[in-house]
Amino acid sequence: MGTENYGSAQAAGLWGWINARFPLDKMLKEHVTEYYAPKNFNFWYLFGVLSLVVLVIQLVTGIFLTMNYKPSAAEAFASVEYIMRDVEWGWLIRYLHSTGASAFFIVVYLHMFRALMYGSYRSPRELLWIFGMLIYLCLMAEAFMGYLLPWGNMSYWGAQVIVSLFGTIPVIGDSLAEWIKGDYFISDITLNRFFALHVIAIPLILVFLVVAHILALHEVGSSNPDGVEIKKIKGPDGHPVDGVRFHPYMTVKDTFGLGMFLLMFCGIVFFAPTFGGLFLEGPNFEQANPMQTPPHIAPVWYFTPFYAMLRAVPSFLGTQVWGVIVMFGAIALLVFLPWLDRSPVNSIRYKGPISKLALALFAVSFAVLAYCGMKPPSPTLLLLSRTFTAVYFAFFLLMPWYSRVDKTKPVPERVTYHAH
Amino acid sequence: MSEEVDQGRRRLLTAATSLTGAVGVVFVATPFLASWKPSARAKALGAPIEIDVSKLEPGSMLKVEWRGKPVWVLRRTPEMLKQLEKATPFLLDPASDGSVQPAYAKNDARALKPEYLVVLGVCTHLGCAPMPKFEAADVTVSADWPGGFYCPCHGSKFDLSGRVFKGVPAPANLAVPPYTFVTDGRILVGSDSTQSA
Repeated sequence: MGTENYGSAQAAGLWGWINARFPLDKMLKEHVTEYYAPKNFNFWYLFGVLSLVVLVIQLVTGIFLTMNYKPSAAEAFASVEYIMRDVEWGWLIRYLHSTGASAFFIVVYLHMFRALMYGSYRSPRELLWIFGMLIYLCLMAEAFMGYLLPWGNMSYWGAQVIVSLFGTIPVIGDSLAEWIKGDYFISDITLNRFFALHVIAIPLILVFLVVAHILALHEVGSSNPDGVEIKKIKGPDGHPVDGVRFHPYMTVKDTFGLGMFLLMFCGIVFFAPTFGGLFLEGPNFEQANPMQTPPHIAPVWYFTPFYAMLRAVPSFLGTQVWGVIVMFGAIALLVFLPWLDRSPVNSIRYKGPISKLALALFAVSFAVLAYCGMKPPSPTLLLLSRTFTAVYFAFFLLMPWYSRVDKTKPVPERVTYHAH
Repeated sequence: MSEEVDQGRRRLLTAATSLTGAVGVVFVATPFLASWKPSARAKALGAPIEIDVSKLEPGSMLKVEWRGKPVWVLRRTPEMLKQLEKATPFLLDPASDGSVQPAYAKNDARALKPEYLVVLGVCTHLGCAPMPKFEAADVTVSADWPGGFYCPCHGSKFDLSGRVFKGVPAPANLAVPPYTFVTDGRILVGSDSTQSA
């Protein structure tokens, strides 16, 4: 690779000068102009690119927010109000950031659902999937810590509930929770360190993981709705016959998708930034008050499925660590998907009725749990939460069985593709 | 001098160097991890506080902030103390065996002096602040409600001694902090004759 590539970069001018010193041309070819993506990509394959765009939106708006935000309990709430009222275009930058947080989870959940449908996590893409799961974990940590920063009352009590989760761990729990808070309660000290983690530590890890995710993707190649490997059949030029160059084919498609996405995104930013209390919760327009719990504590919508599971599990043996185990277990199970799925086929297109039903039930359980987690506790919702927590877990834990016994359809040699 | 590489010696040196390096990493990590512990200032601000209860009317409650947590002092009426027995059969931990309190508060009244209840107003489920619902049969809780505290976050219920009811998410009674009566009308929270928090 090395020498002849530099040799070919004999082109004159700045381009040649750079390429003799830095593999710019080589990198562009490998990752953009000569990266071959399956030609049968559909709508579902937009969300990876969209999450990358949202990441950039969050990084840029985040940097500008830190220029006016004050990470102290005495000033944080007022500094956010200052951004909203006094800073030129401050409201726009903040609403882009707060809407971006929810948008991030929307596109990431759809991106993950795509992987579930088409078996994108299966061999040889296990590590790609694990990097993705680590990104998801970082994203949750980032969202949780970012939510404390406006120092509203829901920020405060949400953080209180989540940090208490660590306090439920037997023996070390209390000192661990105290260590995380750096105080005996969520205080100025906690806010200050969450700020540091939110703006420096986690974004750095996140960017690193995103690079690893993309490198792993480009190493093994993208999956596709048929779940067949396009690398198996190559043309005389050595490239997959069912693949097209990422640029210009996919970039054009993605640009169109991005336009559609931005239309909706800006619609929310401009006309419904709180999104009816889903993206920005009402009690958060009141300053944090350690002495006054809001009448109903609910996390932002993207955490509510797991929150519903937490609430669904009763305490026994004198501890409520069980709910916490179930909640984190629900996230951890996703990591093991590549090894739980024993189906001979990858894509839902060729899987049998049990797998299709299982995936549908899983999607329903996620939505129902999300709803239950938003609402105040009631016996009906508790029953619903318990039922669908069981369904959620059954999807994963029974998968080694049902994915194997389920009937499958024959998988085609090549991708199915209809020219438009 | 031999031309051949002594692989065994090389492995041993690599292992020894890695091990020494790992010990170094632990030492370097210690100050960074320890910097997350409550600072000297945070500890000083968490010192015991004195509460004046001499002007507290029977049946009313005082909230004081201590370590960012609400400390409740409820001066109970004789009727309220009678309600405690009614609640007992429905409680998860009526004798406070699995709950946090100093030994002198491990009784039905969960108090040094039954008249004064001193508890942390922090739900033992996930740290929300329960709301006072002292009136018996308060329909916002339930028709057979004997009076107590109700947590709006996840629906946990406590009686007028802060003891948790069965079938709710909270696993234990409300915690009683260490406290002592300095005089009849003054309570010192955070410290007593036996321990200081």
